[in-house]
Amino acid sequence: MADWEVVIGLEIHAQLATRSKIFSGAATAYGAPPNSQASLVDLAYPGMLPVLNAEALRMAVKFGLAIGATVAPRSVFARKNYFYPDLPKGYQISQYELPVVSRGKLTVLLDDGTAKTIGITRAHLEEDAGKSLHEGLANASGIDLNRAGTPLLEIVSEPDMRSAKEAVAYMKKVHTLVRYLEICDGNMQEGSFRCDANVSVRPRGQEKFGTRAEIKNLNSFRFVEKAIHYEVARQIDVIEGGGKVVQETRLYDSDKDETRSMRSKEEANDYRYFPDPDLLPVAIDAAFIADVRATLPELPDEKAARFERELGLSAYDAGVLSASRELGAYFEAVLAELEKTLGKPVSAHAKLAANWVMGELSSALNRDNLEITRSHVTPARLSGLLVRVVDATISGKIAKEVFEALWSSADSADEIIDARGLRQITDGGAIEAVIDAVIAANPKQLADYRSGKDKLFGFFVGQVMKATGGKANPAQLNELLKAKLSGGA
Amino acid sequence: MLHTLSIGELAALLEARTTSSVELTRHFLARIERLNPSLNAIITPTAEAALLAAAAADRRLAAGERGPLLGIPIIHKDIFCTDGVRTSCASRMLDNFIAPYDATVVARLKSAGAVMVGKANMDEFAMGSSNENSYYGPVRNPWDTTKVPGGSSGGSAAAAAARLAPCATGTDTGGSIRQPAALTGVTGIKPTYGRVSRYGIVAFASSLDQAGVFARSAADAAAVLEVMAGFDPLDSTSVDVPVPNYSAELAAPASAGGPLKGLKIGILREFFDGLEPRNAALIHAALEVYTALGATTVEVSLPHLPLSVPAYYVVASAECSSNLSRFDGVRFGYRCEQPRDLLDLYKRSRGEGFGAEVKRRIMTGTYVLSAGYFDAYYLKAQKVRRLISQDFRAAFSTVDLVAGPTTPTPAFSLGAKLEDPVTMYLNDIYTIGANLAGLPGMSVPCGFIDGLPLGLQLIGPHFAEGKLLNAAHRYQEVTGWHRQTPRGYE
Repeated sequence: MADWEVVIGLEIHAQLATRSKIFSGAATAYGAPPNSQASLVDLAYPGMLPVLNAEALRMAVKFGLAIGATVAPRSVFARKNYFYPDLPKGYQISQYELPVVSRGKLTVLLDDGTAKTIGITRAHLEEDAGKSLHEGLANASGIDLNRAGTPLLEIVSEPDMRSAKEAVAYMKKVHTLVRYLEICDGNMQEGSFRCDANVSVRPRGQEKFGTRAEIKNLNSFRFVEKAIHYEVARQIDVIEGGGKVVQETRLYDSDKDETRSMRSKEEANDYRYFPDPDLLPVAIDAAFIADVRATLPELPDEKAARFERELGLSAYDAGVLSASRELGAYFEAVLAELEKTLGKPVSAHAKLAANWVMGELSSALNRDNLEITRSHVTPARLSGLLVRVVDATISGKIAKEVFEALWSSADSADEIIDARGLRQITDGGAIEAVIDAVIAANPKQLADYRSGKDKLFGFFVGQVMKATGGKANPAQLNELLKAKLSGGA
Repeated sequence: MLHTLSIGELAALLEARTTSSVELTRHFLARIERLNPSLNAIITPTAEAALLAAAAADRRLAAGERGPLLGIPIIHKDIFCTDGVRTSCASRMLDNFIAPYDATVVARLKSAGAVMVGKANMDEFAMGSSNENSYYGPVRNPWDTTKVPGGSSGGSAAAAAARLAPCATGTDTGGSIRQPAALTGVTGIKPTYGRVSRYGIVAFASSLDQAGVFARSAADAAAVLEVMAGFDPLDSTSVDVPVPNYSAELAAPASAGGPLKGLKIGILREFFDGLEPRNAALIHAALEVYTALGATTVEVSLPHLPLSVPAYYVVASAECSSNLSRFDGVRFGYRCEQPRDLLDLYKRSRGEGFGAEVKRRIMTGTYVLSAGYFDAYYLKAQKVRRLISQDFRAAFSTVDLVAGPTTPTPAFSLGAKLEDPVTMYLNDIYTIGANLAGLPGMSVPCGFIDGLPLGLQLIGPHFAEGKLLNAAHRYQEVTGWHRQTPRGYE
């Protein structure tokens, strides 16, 4: 059996977060009653003409700059002609030969810690189509044109990905980026961010690409991964069974976890692209680009690099904490609060804050299904807790208990510690007294320990902690207990 | 009689309150009622709305407001969307279509106080050169009702010639104002591409379509164009160049040594190749008038002009094949009875809704844009288009305007060219170049052959409408061809 290499390219459709449509003044809000947000332009009434929404262009340029791409000084809108009831004009205004953005790239971090650069062939502006509705209508179809004319940025990658995991990592990276840039809300359930995957396989070592199939309209990371897995297995089966993969468009059925043929190359439309004579070529000058560049936020990769460089975080932690703009902002707010009490953050404090944000805080958010911007624990309250860990008022274990209380109340960490008497015992004498009492109460265990059963050390730690309600400073306890048990007293 | 007066004269009567807009409107509505049946120039008369608009204009006049078109009746080609009034494009497809908005041209004329008295017949979707391709039947030429009025704005031209209104709007994609103006003996102007907004005009070929005016004289055309023209943010291809006061320019005193002293006119050599001698003689006679007015003439050449007809029919058909896709029976317009399924709905709605010429062009356009043919046809045609623009640019580096015949022949008989689309297409050979290059062009009445009028065509550089109107106006000051009225319509 041959060893197969998988080749994947993605076409990501990101809905741009403009208030109005790309060629009309109608609103773009999601979920409005059918056809309440379709203007005469969207309905393609005779004599209606498109006028480009400058904000959509600005967002496309912003994306182009963020991926280090070439922004075309002159780009052209083209018509893609085909008949469908949800396409009112009988053509979609898109870009064909001269897209606004070309030749960019993004670097993704893979699970094994290696980085991989994915080429982005182009990103072009286009309008979305409407929706056909077939449910609840007897012997008829409904058409909702609210979505018709919504601005999309289609981001086309090179066939650079070699596994479903890489494809998902790339898609996540783009997802992070468009949200960072605030050009797309990234909402996948509402279809604001979706992709088509071009998948092929070839015997490892072969230069020529295999015949690809395009899987349409994948709207979750999980579906992308599962659809690619299924498709790769299907193509290998076909080839190993002596067949040939045909170039076609396929649909992924998430209920059955399989892809199905939609139409073959022969049945494919001839879209008869040609430049849209209703729209002049778009001219973008250096001043416009400079203007857009000035609005670019710190990008995820830049932020991650800064976290590593200035805070000494690991590449993994820096990557996680910069994966969303909100998470990064929260983390930095915690650091700022810590700085108020502890002075300039040192690497140890940053690492502590990182662990808490990525650990306890993230699990609490996940558990309650909350966005970080709606966290029950503000950066200031979390910082209040971390300060008490740093100054050894409480141990890390107690801190977790305090965090749960922070999550479910409005009290500060200090109030919770005081009210529950959780302050750590750091008085060596007090700890010694407890140790003495525990040893005295367990003579047999003491004898066993001294005769070589080292494991019983844990038993004594447990007993002391139990007696102190977990508040004994662990480091001090270890040191004192070791001395006592070895017969120092 | 009111219909024999110019727009300027009518405006003066209205301002003096010697007549009212209602009276004027009634007069033209009566003419439409009486004369239109034999011409078929009007698809939809709009008497009721017209009288309301006229009454409103009278109130504005009574309040002391003045304006060159305030209270003046006008006819719109049925390609301009008119709020609440059927806009059919002379097609079965839009026989039931009532636009809920006004085209920018219509809105501007409305707010200037012009009174729409009817919507003019035309070739279906502006595709044709004889006005025989109309769902509502052909338009007849008032000079001889066995002849065509030209197309596609044949209804507007015939209406202006028969004095059914003092002026009419039209559109010119490949000569559709100038050719019928020539064949009906009226003055017609097609402005620079981008001069007049296309918003609300049912699109035929977006990169060529341009709205213009039919009137009795260049001075009247100037008064109407002034109101229609100007930048419109709703049309991305409209150009933000200020609109000059054309009428004031025409009224300026003539310079010493002849009103057109210093004007250099290029005579288009290719336009006379094979031209019928009587036709050529009329054009040369007109050019002699220009010399007498102080202009100088010199021969110029547009070497690529013979390629304009094929290039035009590729570009215009390509654009129309896409522009007309929206007529699918789903949201508005004609829908076939009892469609079996979606494909049947499309096929029969379009098959039954469109006429033969429209289908021919959609098929041609679909073909030239198809994979494997795009480069050979569409791209090649665009290259030809650039060459023709360069030819004109070269000509305008040495002359101010170029001149030649508007058409190869006077009006031909109804039915004469229907069976042969290519011969019909060749009728536009002299007018298409200006569309391909986006230039302003005019047709000015310059004589008769066998009782049928003929036009002199003037073409200028981009935004030279003022220069064209002035050249036509000075000619009309010393000639009387534009004042000739067909018998029965005096």
